[in-house]
Amino acid sequence: MIICESWLKEWVDPKCDTEQLVSQLTMAGLEVDGVSAVAREFSGIIVGVVEAIEVHPDADKLSVCTVFDGANKHQVVCGAPNVKAGMKAPFATVGAEIVTEEDAKPFKIKTAKLRGVESNGMLCSAEELGLAESSEGLLELASDAPVGEDIRAYLQLEDASIALDLTPNRGDCLSVNGVAREVGVLARSPVIVPDVNDVPAVHDEEFPIQITAKDECPRYLGRVIRNINQNVEAPLWMQEKLRRSGLRGIDPIVDVTNYVLMELGQPMHAFDYRKLKGNIDVRLAKPNEKITLLDGKEVEMSADTLVIADTEKVVAMAGIMGGLATAVSKETTDVFLECAFFSPLAISGKARSYGMHTDASHRYERGVDYKLQYRAMERATELLLSLVGGEAGPVTETIGNLPTALQVSLRYDSIVRSLGITMESAEVEDILTRLGFNVASKTASELVVDVPSFRFDISIEADLIEELARIYGYDNIPLGQGMSAQSFARVDEAQLELNRIRDHLVALGYQEVISYSFIDPELSKQVTGGDESTIPLQNPISEDMGVMRTSLLPGLLNTLRYNANRQQDRMRLFETGLAFQNQAGTTRQTPQIAGVLMGLRNPKNWNNNKDLSDFYDVKGDVEILLGLGGGGSRIQFKPVQQKPFHPGQCAEVLTASGDSLGFLGTLHPAIQRELGLDSTVCLFELDLQALQQVKIPRAEALSRYPEVHRDLAIVLDESVSAEAISASLAENAGEYLSGFRIFDVYQGDAVEKGKKSVALGLTWQHPSRTLSDDEINTIISNCVNALQEQFNANLRN
Amino acid sequence: MGDTDTLLAEAMQAIGLADDERALDNLRVQYLGKKGSFTELLKSLGKLPAEERPAAGEGINKAKKALQSAIEERKAELVHAALDAQLDAERIDVTLPGRRQSKGGLHPITITIERIKKIFAAAGYEVAEGPEIEDEYHNFEALNIPSHHPARAMHDTFYVSPGTVLRTHTSPVQVHVMENGEPPFRMICPGRVYRCDSDLTHTPMFHQVEGLLVDEAVSMADLKGTVVNFLQTYFEADMPVRFRPSYFPFTEPSAEVDMGCVHCGGEGCRICSYTGWLEVMGCGMVHPRVLEMSGIDTEKYSGFAFGMGVERLAMLRYDVSDLRLYFENDVRFLRQFN
Repeated sequence: MIICESWLKEWVDPKCDTEQLVSQLTMAGLEVDGVSAVAREFSGIIVGVVEAIEVHPDADKLSVCTVFDGANKHQVVCGAPNVKAGMKAPFATVGAEIVTEEDAKPFKIKTAKLRGVESNGMLCSAEELGLAESSEGLLELASDAPVGEDIRAYLQLEDASIALDLTPNRGDCLSVNGVAREVGVLARSPVIVPDVNDVPAVHDEEFPIQITAKDECPRYLGRVIRNINQNVEAPLWMQEKLRRSGLRGIDPIVDVTNYVLMELGQPMHAFDYRKLKGNIDVRLAKPNEKITLLDGKEVEMSADTLVIADTEKVVAMAGIMGGLATAVSKETTDVFLECAFFSPLAISGKARSYGMHTDASHRYERGVDYKLQYRAMERATELLLSLVGGEAGPVTETIGNLPTALQVSLRYDSIVRSLGITMESAEVEDILTRLGFNVASKTASELVVDVPSFRFDISIEADLIEELARIYGYDNIPLGQGMSAQSFARVDEAQLELNRIRDHLVALGYQEVISYSFIDPELSKQVTGGDESTIPLQNPISEDMGVMRTSLLPGLLNTLRYNANRQQDRMRLFETGLAFQNQAGTTRQTPQIAGVLMGLRNPKNWNNNKDLSDFYDVKGDVEILLGLGGGGSRIQFKPVQQKPFHPGQCAEVLTASGDSLGFLGTLHPAIQRELGLDSTVCLFELDLQALQQVKIPRAEALSRYPEVHRDLAIVLDESVSAEAISASLAENAGEYLSGFRIFDVYQGDAVEKGKKSVALGLTWQHPSRTLSDDEINTIISNCVNALQEQFNANLRN
Repeated sequence: MGDTDTLLAEAMQAIGLADDERALDNLRVQYLGKKGSFTELLKSLGKLPAEERPAAGEGINKAKKALQSAIEERKAELVHAALDAQLDAERIDVTLPGRRQSKGGLHPITITIERIKKIFAAAGYEVAEGPEIEDEYHNFEALNIPSHHPARAMHDTFYVSPGTVLRTHTSPVQVHVMENGEPPFRMICPGRVYRCDSDLTHTPMFHQVEGLLVDEAVSMADLKGTVVNFLQTYFEADMPVRFRPSYFPFTEPSAEVDMGCVHCGGEGCRICSYTGWLEVMGCGMVHPRVLEMSGIDTEKYSGFAFGMGVERLAMLRYDVSDLRLYFENDVRFLRQFN
């Protein structure tokens, strides 16, 4: 909302300049978004009167005027179509300066010859003064404008339009009246409420009003005004106030209702009285009921929409916009003025549901003073009659279910408890009274106040405390000591910190990314198969952000592709976050960690080979993660076929008890091609919570006895997995086996086709004695026999 | 005696010519060994007259010693030369880059959240997390935002199904924490939040860190102290911080927090829209209704809450100019934080 400073000052003296006023408003919770001048910067322009006019001898469209400035007469050539003898207009004297563009050099008025006739000065339009975007002719000043007076003083141009960004709880500040009340409290200045005179009825014509929706419409006032003359314009002062409040002049009737809206905060509507039939009924819309609104849009209303209807049709969407059929037109002679209070709940969200937002709906949603209607009606009538004439009838008022007046109590103790400051009871009373609260009762420890009818945001003690804090000034509340920790934070050591996992990945060359949780349904399907467990959004921001990710892999692959398209050919990326799935009606939100790698195993360097990353690189990285915090040894890798992995290069990661931790593998080459990626991609995705389950270390005594080491080379069928071999050895190598690794796997000319040679390194150590060669030889032969029996393995010669 | 001198001279010359240890060993054997030339000379001493023997013997022994040390010296010389030659041959170009894995890194949002967590952890705050698909009750009603509340217009909400939304803020986490525990509470909840809004200054997903402290006798002064301390710690600067009354349905009183622009020092610049101030977070005293709905005795306990946008803090801290960079994940952008 834009507030005009000079208008505000008619109501209250802020006792400070614009800059301080702006700062006070902001610091009191009425945030100022911007301040703008109400006119161009200029000097030397005064009220002039055109005394005589002659047609320019050489130009039909120019006039040669005699302009009087209060002291002297000047010959001025003027091209405005509306110039006429006797009119008063802004007159830029020779030497006047006008700044036409910010920071530009001012334009200076000089004596000039126009088509051979000397012109000493310039008569100005509203546009030239910066009062309008464009003008047709001169700005005509009122006939009583004092000739010779500086225009800036006469039009009060040392003024500002202050844009306020109000929070939704402060509907009471959406008017000059409301802001004045706040300024009055801040400056401890009295607020001068302009007198509103009751306009006596000069006829007794009333239009009956019925309220069917009594909760939604607690009060509805109507008044018939007959025989108006619309062939007038709102006076300059009114136009200017409206303009400086950000409203455009429309026609005298709308200008008046807008004026009352800005001044008092009461939305009003004028109907063409002759087009209303029977009576007004304020009710909820009927099924499929339609209305064509003022802006020409036809709307079918939902059944919870409050409408104003007559006996034949809906004539307005209550509190939002009037209908076209009953709108005031140039031909209208009789109007029916509406001034109502609609409950915020009845209007809230409605305009938005129809994609609309009006000055009226903005105010009704936030709450209009429910005791204001009578005063606003009289004010509007008074202004209207002064403009368009006409005869006012009596005010018709119908009441629905009015809000109950609230009382709220405030314990003085609560102030210090909540704000950390103490306030004198007199100050508390003064602040609340100036804010419009009425003291209902008080004791030494407590104050009970009536909540004013314009405050919809006050219902409990904390609300009053906020009011006090606002006016006292948040900045005046001291900084507290903070509080010392009363308990230590829980540090669960069996829960591996995410930081350690992330840091390890970073050390392994992975770059963390954060991608959107909602992804393209097509990509989701492409990568994870997509089924009924995928959760779609009802109102996605765009189609390619339509479903919640069921896996982090689509987002990572998308990021990989994005960067690959930007000449990045070697990448290692990871992400952590939730994956979402609908499982039998329940939403599962599981923290996952996933990574992708593509391109060279090592960054391109002067001396390394050009090997590409493959399955065993990603597996190695996953093994490191699984090994953090003492995990890892119990993990199994089971070959599986799973989207989006290569069917022969994918493993499911299982705990010893068979719970799945996730998957890793190479991206299926078909999907890789579909994604437009040039080289092999490896990926993994693990359940983060499971990964974080670790053991607290238990240290064991170190053996002081020597280790015994033996290497074995066996030849067996290529289908036998490393895991099977290691399981066999674990079973047969005795309890003192302390280390085991496969240090070579060979397939080639030296072994039979379909076979492979596997080299195994075994280490034993006894905690309390030296192991003998005989013992080890026995174990070795047991192992070899078992391998032979199980896998038909032979020792390689 | 002539024999000794001649022999010594001959041996010395041979040592000087020897060019490896093996040659030296051979010379040692040849001259000083059991059957070596000097040993033979000693053996032949008996043939000399008795009065000449001591002098001749001494002469031979001297010559032997001289020979011995010449060999040692020559040996040391050779070892030295060999090492020199090896070192020379092993010279490399130390200006070539080292062999390594590429440098990974964390996303600037993670870096920022971790920094915030670290600061609050030092003040005894625990970290809580909650679901991102949230029911409307926890996202709105429990935070005093009933369905017709105008504040719902401030949250452009993504719906998963009627009654289920993507959380629009991290505040529902405080509700979960309060519902499931007993005061006092002191915690922060970082996480992803979602709003149906996308333009130059909005992304449909972003991150917040919410803070909550509930205890006996917590006042707005404590809130101010906490927020000012945090901001000055986070930005490592003693900039001014001001509190403006504002409105959030779940706090009362509510405040918007501005801090002196860290970019221009409050002089006014593009970053602070020439105001000298940067709006950095919202906060307030937890609304009594919110405490009540979570089953907390408001006569005994009070609390404060604050919430900040992580992207914004990261932008200010790291001079990030465009919000959208965070989620484009261009690795060239991300690597700047490694």
